[in-house]
Amino acid sequence: MSDTPAITESTVESAVAAALAAVEAASTVAELKTVRGEHTGEQSSLARMNAGLRSLPNDQKASAGKLMGAARGRVNQAVAAREEALAAVEEAARLESERIDVTALPVRRTQGSRHPLSLLQEKMADIFIAMGWELSDGPELEHEWFNFDALNFDADHPARAMQDTFFVEPVDQHLLLRTHTSPVQIRTLLAKGVPVYNVATGRVFRTDELDATHTPVFTQIEAIAIDRGLTMAHLRGTLEHLARQMFGPDAQIRLRPNYFPFTEPSAEMDVWQPNAKGGARWVEWGGCGMVNPNVLRSAGLDPDEYQGFAFGMGVERTLQFRNDLNDMRDMVEGDVRFSEQFGMVV
Amino acid sequence: MRVPLSWLGEYVDLPDDVTLEHVHEALVAVGFEEEDVHLSEVTGPLVVGQVLEFTPEPQSNGKTINWCRIAVGPDHASDEADVRGIVCGAHNFAVGDKVVVSLPGAVLPGPFPIAARKTYGHVSDGMMASTRELGLGEEHDGILLLKDLGLDPEVGTDAIPLLGLDDAAVEINVTPDRGYAFSIRGVAREYSHSTGAAYRDPADAQSPVARQGFRVDVADGAPVRGRAGVSTFITAVVRGIDASRPTPPWMRSRLRLAGIRSISLPVDITNYVMLETGQPLHAYDLATVAGGFTVRRANAGEHLTTLDGRDRALDVEDLLITDDDGPIGLAGVMGGERTEVSPTTTDVVVEAATFEPISIARTARRQKLPSEASRRFERGVDPAVSRPAAERAVQLLVELAGGTADTLGSVYDVSIAPSAIFLAEDRAGRMMGVDYTTAEVEESLLAIGAAVEPADGSFTVTPPTWRPDLLTSADLVEEVARITGYDRIPSVLPVAPPGRGLTREQSLRRAVSAGLAASGLTEVFAYPFVAPARNAAFSPVLDGPDAATPVTLANPLDTDAAEMRMSLIPGLLDTARRNLSRGLLDLALYESGSVFYVKPGASTGTDFIPVGAARPDDETLAALNAGLPSQPRHLAFLRSGSTVERQPGQAAQSADLADVLDDVRTAVRQVAAEVSVRQGRHVSLHPGRTAELIVAGEVVGVAGELLPAVAADLDLPRGVVVAELDLDRVMALARVEPAPVPISAYPVATQDLSLVVGADAPAGEVLEAVVSGAGELLEYARLVDDYRGEGIDEGSKSLTFALRFRATDRTLTAAEASEAKQGSVRLAGERFGATLRD
Repeated sequence: MSDTPAITESTVESAVAAALAAVEAASTVAELKTVRGEHTGEQSSLARMNAGLRSLPNDQKASAGKLMGAARGRVNQAVAAREEALAAVEEAARLESERIDVTALPVRRTQGSRHPLSLLQEKMADIFIAMGWELSDGPELEHEWFNFDALNFDADHPARAMQDTFFVEPVDQHLLLRTHTSPVQIRTLLAKGVPVYNVATGRVFRTDELDATHTPVFTQIEAIAIDRGLTMAHLRGTLEHLARQMFGPDAQIRLRPNYFPFTEPSAEMDVWQPNAKGGARWVEWGGCGMVNPNVLRSAGLDPDEYQGFAFGMGVERTLQFRNDLNDMRDMVEGDVRFSEQFGMVV
Repeated sequence: MRVPLSWLGEYVDLPDDVTLEHVHEALVAVGFEEEDVHLSEVTGPLVVGQVLEFTPEPQSNGKTINWCRIAVGPDHASDEADVRGIVCGAHNFAVGDKVVVSLPGAVLPGPFPIAARKTYGHVSDGMMASTRELGLGEEHDGILLLKDLGLDPEVGTDAIPLLGLDDAAVEINVTPDRGYAFSIRGVAREYSHSTGAAYRDPADAQSPVARQGFRVDVADGAPVRGRAGVSTFITAVVRGIDASRPTPPWMRSRLRLAGIRSISLPVDITNYVMLETGQPLHAYDLATVAGGFTVRRANAGEHLTTLDGRDRALDVEDLLITDDDGPIGLAGVMGGERTEVSPTTTDVVVEAATFEPISIARTARRQKLPSEASRRFERGVDPAVSRPAAERAVQLLVELAGGTADTLGSVYDVSIAPSAIFLAEDRAGRMMGVDYTTAEVEESLLAIGAAVEPADGSFTVTPPTWRPDLLTSADLVEEVARITGYDRIPSVLPVAPPGRGLTREQSLRRAVSAGLAASGLTEVFAYPFVAPARNAAFSPVLDGPDAATPVTLANPLDTDAAEMRMSLIPGLLDTARRNLSRGLLDLALYESGSVFYVKPGASTGTDFIPVGAARPDDETLAALNAGLPSQPRHLAFLRSGSTVERQPGQAAQSADLADVLDDVRTAVRQVAAEVSVRQGRHVSLHPGRTAELIVAGEVVGVAGELLPAVAADLDLPRGVVVAELDLDRVMALARVEPAPVPISAYPVATQDLSLVVGADAPAGEVLEAVVSGAGELLEYARLVDDYRGEGIDEGSKSLTFALRFRATDRTLTAAEASEAKQGSVRLAGERFGATLRD
């Protein structure tokens, strides 16, 4: 045991000064730990002087104790302050050493894409749903009655010949792949009755070989509204609304007389595309008209009481002229690079 | 329909400066879509020349050319007065012949510009043209001699108008309801409706002549759909024609522009009158007709050789023209060879008849013989035009072929006048949303040729005979709208009653698709047509090979792919292969779409079809729907190549079964269901790497790695993983409403559990036992380790589970958690012989 110095102001002060100098000199958290042991540990001058308090006469204990308490407090405070400073420096150094090249981090999750035809169908359907219309689905493999007879196609109508329609074996059982989404109109009228404001989208089938402008499997969107007092003016209004939602506020609709078995009067519809690539122009968009009274009769409705309109257009064609796509094959081949261009937005 | 402007102008006033664009625009406005324009590609100078002399000059190449001196008139002379030197390779001309000379500067179709050029030692100062070189026909046996066209114009005459090369035609699309517009007569009327120009009906130019004595019997013993096959049948005999005379250039030119080839003068005349009036005509060589005509259906086994030289087996539904020796024509479709007009024919019988559209349409389709005649009859021919058309043909045979009109002929006419239609005065306005005046409605209907009788607040409208399509008031409304113009229709947005938004299924399908795309998959669509072998390889996705039969198309585009897909996987495999062949090796694809199959015992379609325009009763509708094959919406996935590519500090990760199972979970999660898996089998998938997909205890799909042999067959790499789900079924099994419980905030007690089980015990099923055995206190359990080796018997494995216990109403004691864990051990012991690992 070395000698324990007497507790005087000068001895205490000198021990404190030595401790503070050592603390200040410590350059790492580890060094500081050693310094703290040397200057505040059991063997340190301060600790030994403190232990010596017990043997002091009672009348000196109070003042000496106060002196020791202040001294130890100063040292501990200095240690803590120094520790915080050193830790901050060391943390900064460690973080710096952890630097990575954020421009070269691995990509672990690939990004997927919706097909633009799906996105466009949804986008178009949503325009109607926003107006309170409803979206219906129907079977792609249909009974001939829904595809033709109910829609006022005569039994000998040329469209029912084999050159356009895929029939199912055996043909005398009257099954086919629907040639348009119009059977959904009849199904909706039968199921919901009137008034009805309904839109249908889906795949349809015609016996065309695939080329730049044809595909045997394509997509249609079709709308029907039957109510009291609906007129062809309402048809034009609805088409104009759709066109403006799709192509901007300057889009316009032009109607030209045409013929379809399921509408009378019928019209071919052109849309004025103010922002078309290569200049504003009229583009043939689809067919429309007032629903033929015979179609309403097929659904058990009285054409003297209810009337309405219907229209339909090809989604592929819409995508083609909307996005200036020339080759239909890109839409049907499933090359992932095609859909990637659209991602999640059409 | 192609419409030469010069012809159109005969029956309706055209502006002096008429253009093709103007005529197209006028016709589009009344509902005839623009298809094309047809005009001569010849530009002048093209003049009439006369051969003055020619010298044959044999050449070293064996050919002989003629060095000709051709008079072309003073306006076109070159070195010498009105004569040009021209080298010509043809030999069909003689001195004095008049020919068509294209002078330097002219351009013939090709384009083939004409210039003075040095050839065979001469400067050839123009060219004598053949019919083909002028774009007037196919003849190329020498140059065109104007005498062959019956022409003898003055030398130097401009040959362009002479040959009709200054005429042009618009081509329009005629919709199936407007058969009358397959004629100049109909198009001129429509042009007049569009522009208000004065119209002259060609039918009015002919006055009926009384003819009789030619025997025609109509004996339709089997009307199609109850409709008699013929309603008018007019014959007229013209004698003493010269059938070998050339067809005049103006007629040739119009026929050519209308798309009809010139054949012989009598045939050209019948075609010309057909184009003009819309009435198909046929001319028979009277000398070859045995007795008179009988119009009847074919007998079983009967044959006819048609004008195209083909022997045709006739159907008992085919309507025929016959003479006493048998069939001589397929009514309304094509004449027969036996009675064909030839260059030596002198006496002809002209036939102008009205045949029933459906009968003709069926015959034309059955015989695969769409003709100019059948095209018109199918759409309806004006029964009132057959007599004027016959007279027009007689007139032209007399004028152009030198014949004499005979009194021999016949008239059969049982056509029925069009029925009157009731039209409320305000009907058109109420349907179109346009304020038509009563006068506008009446005038529009008068304009289209209808008879209109106004009554109290309504009209009684009798459509004209050429409009068999006008049957209902709606048809009349379209006419009013068309004549007054569709531009009159205002724009009003209707207000629908409040809607329900998307249905649950529609929303969920969108969520599934969005979720899958967000998790890295690309949506694709394949055609639903597959080969039977592909269906056999992938149909047993759900029900086993005997459970369903495929749907087969009667008329597939590709006879090798005649079945409808029973699974989406074949389409995904094809799409994958296409991408791989384009160097896109890392694929994550999905398709959402219908598959098609017939369930065992289900009916396919119906052997009847209800009529239209009437609602079938509920029972019938149910039968129609019951006959539809199953067509659930499936969802399928395919992954191939890497899910993570090699990058700095990152090894590549190959797609495997775990990835598609995650895809399945993503999809199923989107519809609020949970999927579990079980070891499965599938004919086209790896026997050890196939999983059954189970939702609510029901197998709803399969996932697995493609069998190497199947992959090799399809040129796909090894390791392609696929999955397929019946999405409709998954949505049906999913919970509809969430049923959340309050979240417990009491402390958690976590424990690990290691069980020793047989090495072949499915870990997933052991986990299920652990969960069931632990009871309600178990909040979460997960398999964290599968250990085999030292300390574990051969044939066994140690499965370690991390368990998390929590009570809803108190802090659990360690003893309670251990007690619950003992429950897991007991149940796993019962099911798999599991023992607690020491």
